[in-house]
Amino acid sequence: MRSIISVLLENESGALSRVVGLFSQRGYNIESLTVSPTNDKTLSRMTITTEVTDLASLEQMMKQLHKLVDVLRVSELTEGAHVERELMLIKIRTITNEAREEVKRCSDIYRGQIVDITQNLYTIQLSGICSKLDAFISTIEETSEIVEVVRSGVCGIARGEKALRG
Amino acid sequence: MEMLSGAEMVVRSLQDEGIEHIFGYPGGSVLDIYDAIFQSSDIEHFLVRHEQAAVHMADAYSRTTGKVGTVLVTAGPGATNCITGIATAYMDSIPLVVLSGQVPTNWIGDDAFQETDMIGVSRPVVKHSFLCRTAQEIPIAIKKAFYLASTGRPGPVVVDLPKDVQNPLLKFPYEYPESVELRSYSPTLRGHKGQIKRALAALLGAKKPVLYVGGGAVISNASKQVTELAEKLNLPVTNTLMGLGAFSGTHKQNIGMLGMHGTYEANLSMHNADLIFAVGARFDDRVTNNVEKFCPNAKVMHIDIDPTSISKNIHVDLPIVGSVEVVLQQMLDLIAETQASNDGEKIAHWWKQIEEWRAKECLAYQPSNSHIKPQQVIEELYKVTNGDAIIASDVGQHQMFAANYYPFKEPRQWINSGGLGTMGFGLPAAIGCKIARPDKPVCCVTGDGSIQMNIQELSTCMQYNIPIVIVLLNNRSLGMVKQWQKMFYGGRQSHSYMDSVPDFVKLAEAYNHIGIKVDKIEELQPALERAFELKERVVFLDVAIDPEEHVYPMQIKFGSMEDMYLSKTEKTDA
Repeated sequence: MRSIISVLLENESGALSRVVGLFSQRGYNIESLTVSPTNDKTLSRMTITTEVTDLASLEQMMKQLHKLVDVLRVSELTEGAHVERELMLIKIRTITNEAREEVKRCSDIYRGQIVDITQNLYTIQLSGICSKLDAFISTIEETSEIVEVVRSGVCGIARGEKALRG
Repeated sequence: MEMLSGAEMVVRSLQDEGIEHIFGYPGGSVLDIYDAIFQSSDIEHFLVRHEQAAVHMADAYSRTTGKVGTVLVTAGPGATNCITGIATAYMDSIPLVVLSGQVPTNWIGDDAFQETDMIGVSRPVVKHSFLCRTAQEIPIAIKKAFYLASTGRPGPVVVDLPKDVQNPLLKFPYEYPESVELRSYSPTLRGHKGQIKRALAALLGAKKPVLYVGGGAVISNASKQVTELAEKLNLPVTNTLMGLGAFSGTHKQNIGMLGMHGTYEANLSMHNADLIFAVGARFDDRVTNNVEKFCPNAKVMHIDIDPTSISKNIHVDLPIVGSVEVVLQQMLDLIAETQASNDGEKIAHWWKQIEEWRAKECLAYQPSNSHIKPQQVIEELYKVTNGDAIIASDVGQHQMFAANYYPFKEPRQWINSGGLGTMGFGLPAAIGCKIARPDKPVCCVTGDGSIQMNIQELSTCMQYNIPIVIVLLNNRSLGMVKQWQKMFYGGRQSHSYMDSVPDFVKLAEAYNHIGIKVDKIEELQPALERAFELKERVVFLDVAIDPEEHVYPMQIKFGSMEDMYLSKTEKTDA
C-alpha cells in the first residue's frame, strides 16, 4: 500500500543522508522524496512516498524515522484527509503548427502553464496529484515527442487543524 | 574566560566530562590533541596496537562500569579500523564516544592523504555523529556526544575533528556546557501507568508466565528490580545471552539462557508459556527461532526504552515504552500499594512442569579419559574463581560454553559481543574490564580462531602491566563453523580447520607473559589455580580440548523454540 510520510527534522548537514541511509539500511523503498527548509530556517520538512506491505511495517518505518536524533516529528498523511501535489516540468518537441496547438489545448485542459517556448519546443509546468501528471504524459505522447520530464516528487499536507510543527 | 585551542578544548572537555581513561592510537590528524594530552595529567591514555582493539576496550570498560567508553584515533585508516568495534557496540547498545581526526576542512572532499568520510562510513552503526567545523563547536559537540551516547537506548557516537580545527596556535574562549538539550530527542523513561497496571494484572492472572530478561536490564541497572519482581511473584526467569547476570545464574528461579543454545527448560517454558514478559530484550532471531512458530499460546508484554524494538520481530500485545529500571520500580510500587499477589497454586503447578524439564539435565555431558571437554574447563574456571571473575568472551563455541556453564551471579560480570558476534572482541575486552575493575579477577575465554584476531594486544598488556588470565579452548579449528558443517553440510569442513596454530605458550612468552600448556585433565585445575594466584602477571592457558565436541542444546532451524538437538544423537520429538 502507498504511504505518504511527513517528517520534520533539523535543517543540518547530514540529516538528509541519515534519513536516506535509514531507508536503504532497513530495506525500505522510497518512491519519491522532497525536502526543503520551512518558514523556520532551522527546520526542514520532508515528504516521503513509499510502498509498504502492511501497517506493521509502516509503523516500524515511522518509529525508525523518529528514532533518528535529528528528527522532531513524523506523521502519515494518507490515513487522514490531506492534500498532495507534485510539480512537473515537461519539454515537448512541437514541429508543426498543428502539434503546437494540440499541446496548448492539452495544457489548458490540464490547467498547465507554458513557461518557455522556442521555435520547436514548448516547456509546460503542471502540478497536481501523481496520476494527473501521468495522464498528461500519456496524452501528450500520442501526438508529440517528449524531450525531457522533471518531477518534484510529492509534497503533502494534512487538511484542517492537524499540523506538523516544531 | 579561559582561552584554549581546539586541541586543548578536546582534552579539557573530556576532563570536564569526568573522563579518566581513554583508549587510542595517534596519527597525523590528531597530533595536536595528543600533544594536549601529553601536557595534561588528568586523563590516563592507553595506547593499543590496533584501533579496533581500542574500541573493544572502551566498550568493555563501559559494559563493566556503566560509564561511557572513550576512544581517540586518527583519520582514514585509524577511523575505519574502528568500524567493527563501533558496530559491535551499536548492536549491544553500549555507550561510546569515538573521537576521530579528520583532514583539514579545506581538504575535505579532495581525496587528501588519509581522508575518509568517517561520518558517512560510520553512519549505519552509530547512534549519532558530529563533524566539528570550528573549534568553538568542540565543547558543545562533545557534551552532546556524551549525552546522546549515555541516555535513552545507549550507543556509540562519533565526533569527527578536522586537523585545522585543532590548531594549537588559535585560541578561543572555552566553556563546557553544564547540560544540553536537544528539541528532537527526549527518550521516555517512565512507563505509562495504565499499561503498567494492565501488565501487572496480566502477570497476576497468568498460569504459565515467563520473565524473559535481556541486556536492557543490565544497561539500566535493573537487576535489583528484576530479582524483586521475580521473587515476589515466584516467576521463572530466563536470561538472554546479553542479559546473563541481570538475574543471578545461581538463583533457584533461574531456568537458564534461552534461544539457539539455550537450555531445554528455558526454551520449553517459553514455548508453553501463556504469558511472556520481555524486559529489555528484543526478540532476536537467535532467541525466537522461527517467528511463525514462536510461543503459540503466549500473550506478549514488553518493556523497552526503544520503541522500534517493540513489535519489530514479534507482535507485542502489551507494550510499555520506558527504562526497564524505572518501569519495573513503578510496577513494584504498584504491587506494594495494592498488596497484589498471584495465585501461588497455579504457579506451583507451572513450576512442577518446569522442574520436570529441568530434570532432563540438558547441559550434562560425557567426560572422556582421552580429551579435556570444554565444559569441564568452564566448570573448573567457575570453581577456581568462586564464580566471581569477570568473564570477557570471544565469539564461537567457547562463548556458548562460557554462557551456559559459568552461572553469572552479578550483572556486568559477563562481557561478550552478543549482537554482532565479533571474533577478536575477547582479549581487548578483557583488558578494558581489568582497567575498569583492577580489583576483580578478569578472564578472557577464547578460541584459537578468535584470539588470533586481536592477539597483538598482548603487547598492550605488557606495556601497561594489565594482569588478565586468558583461557584458550584450543580445538585447532573454527569450532562453531565446523559444528555447522558437520551437522548441515555433510561434514565437509570447508576452511574451518587450522592446522597451523602457533605455539601459544611461546607466543605469550615472547610478550613477557606466562604461558601454560594444558593437555591433560589433571593439569587443568592446578594450572587455573596458578593462573589466578599470579595476580601481577598475564597468564595464557592454552587448553587442548576435545575437537569433536559440539554445543548443545541447539535449536532446530525453522522450528519453534522447543525444537532442539540435545546431543549428537538426540533431539526433541517435534
